[in-house]
Amino acid sequence: MSVATQEATPAAAKPAKKKTRRGPEHRPGLNRWLPYLLLAPAVLAELLIHIIPMVVGIWMSFIKLTKFFIANWSAAPSAGLNNYKVALDFNNAVGEGLLKSFGVTVAFSLITVALSWVLGMAAAVALQPPFRGRGIIRTFFLVPYALPAYAGILTWNFMLQRDTGAVNHVLNQLHLSDGRTFWLIGSNALVSLITVATWKLWTFAFLTLMAGLQSIPGDLYEAASVDGAGNIRQWRNITLPSLRPVNLVLVLVLFLWTFSDFNTPYVLFGTAQPPAGDLITFHIYNASFLTWNFGTGAAMSVLLLIFLMIVTGAYLLVTGRRSRRA
Amino acid sequence: MRETQGFKIYRGVVLTVLGLFVLVPLYVMITSSLKPLKDVQGAFSWWPSNLTLTPFVDMWKTVPLARYFVNSTIVSVSATVFSVAIAILAAFAVSRFRFRGRTAFTTTVLSTQMFPGVLFLLPLFLIFVNINNSFGLQLVGTRLGLIITYLTFSLPFSIWMLAGYFDSIPRELDEAALVDGCGPMGALWRVVLPAARPGVIAVAIYSFMTAWGEVLFASVMTTEANRTLSVGLRQYSTQTNIYWNQIMAAALVVSVPVVIGFLLAQRHFVAGVTAGAVK
Repeated sequence: MSVATQEATPAAAKPAKKKTRRGPEHRPGLNRWLPYLLLAPAVLAELLIHIIPMVVGIWMSFIKLTKFFIANWSAAPSAGLNNYKVALDFNNAVGEGLLKSFGVTVAFSLITVALSWVLGMAAAVALQPPFRGRGIIRTFFLVPYALPAYAGILTWNFMLQRDTGAVNHVLNQLHLSDGRTFWLIGSNALVSLITVATWKLWTFAFLTLMAGLQSIPGDLYEAASVDGAGNIRQWRNITLPSLRPVNLVLVLVLFLWTFSDFNTPYVLFGTAQPPAGDLITFHIYNASFLTWNFGTGAAMSVLLLIFLMIVTGAYLLVTGRRSRRA
Repeated sequence: MRETQGFKIYRGVVLTVLGLFVLVPLYVMITSSLKPLKDVQGAFSWWPSNLTLTPFVDMWKTVPLARYFVNSTIVSVSATVFSVAIAILAAFAVSRFRFRGRTAFTTTVLSTQMFPGVLFLLPLFLIFVNINNSFGLQLVGTRLGLIITYLTFSLPFSIWMLAGYFDSIPRELDEAALVDGCGPMGALWRVVLPAARPGVIAVAIYSFMTAWGEVLFASVMTTEANRTLSVGLRQYSTQTNIYWNQIMAAALVVSVPVVIGFLLAQRHFVAGVTAGAVK
């Protein structure tokens, strides 16, 4: 979400700031150190939880960190590039598993992001003109987002049970299936994952797009109406182009979130994941904590990190956007 | 958009379909929490034929839910308080001062947020173990460990959003306070913070939601004594029985404080997201 706030802020705010850019910082003495003092707690917290673990994680990926060395991990012997070789050897069981879960995750994220965006957009457009009950519906749509992840996903887990679940019950009554489908094991697991993740995520897309729509000046639409443009043309020629900056950020954020989603597979499947629903973060977690092979797990994490950085970098490059503060 | 007949039909269809998509799980959650165990163990039914409140009573006994509730509350509230306090200071520095390393700081903080938690999990686990070995400070399996972990989850977003909020408050206001004899901290406390209250509320809610709903770290870093709700709720599934009615009742009770908080402050939250994302 921070990326969302970061990207689309206007350049217009900048010149105004320059003029007044003469604040407390021009005072001598303590004030020169004040910003650093103010930042110190944040820097400390970030160091402890994000920066140092990241460095340690990279280091971990180069050592033999099996269960024999956990207690005294700083003494574990070097593994060279061995962990990476194992993770990337696609003829081997470990590498093959990683590759498969990567494929599953790519499919999962692309479909989930696309669905969430379409649903969010459909709802945002539908709720754009004021009408009675708009506020209530809008608030109601936000409930899945507000619900703690596990509470929502547990409910879906219950609904997707084969014999006692609501989903099979409905399908059976509509004569769409015999009501005996397995949703949480086997090949349907991916469908379940996508449905649950979309249920949780579309509402964030809706929230962001709705905010974006409100910032489009109404006279644009009026002028277009006078010129005889229908609603669909107005959407294509006014709404979509105006939302471009919002969309660019939104899609990137949605992708990063879904690609690193852990809650959905973990709560939906427990620790025994079906291969069709084996998302990559979950895969790394299992590879590390079930087999106690932390070195390989760390190597997989670093690979995932590199992948996400490349995707983000390429995306920002292609869309030609720079962050405001960075 | 004009409200043509076609648009009204479109709106009706979209709102009905999405309304059902949102509503059905909520409906199942609520009604199943009111059914006796044998009803949720049989074929699904839309109408609970035997309404009962016993799941809401039994759920406290099947699993030590009260303890998990207390744990979750302590962890989430502490993480929120620390996170918001630290974010306010950092955002003030970023918004009001020009100093060396400012760009490096904001870039680093922001980029850490894009990385999945599972990347930090293993190293953090080992670091915590090491801290325990060298300093005797127990972090794995304590509330303190979780609090530290959670406070940083929401920190990047909070800093970013608050800095945006502070930027939108005219600098002349705190300059006037400085002229009137306030120090920079006085200006922050008396002028900037009150003006940014909606932003602070939004950030606090976000932090609380993040901590209250966290699953991954809670599943690795907790033991029976300090288990939080996100992991505790799994314990309604035993070898012999899955108490679905109690799970749904517990899920409902656990969600109510967060959902109400979010919906009450929804305006501020939306305004906060909007301020950064769109303006």
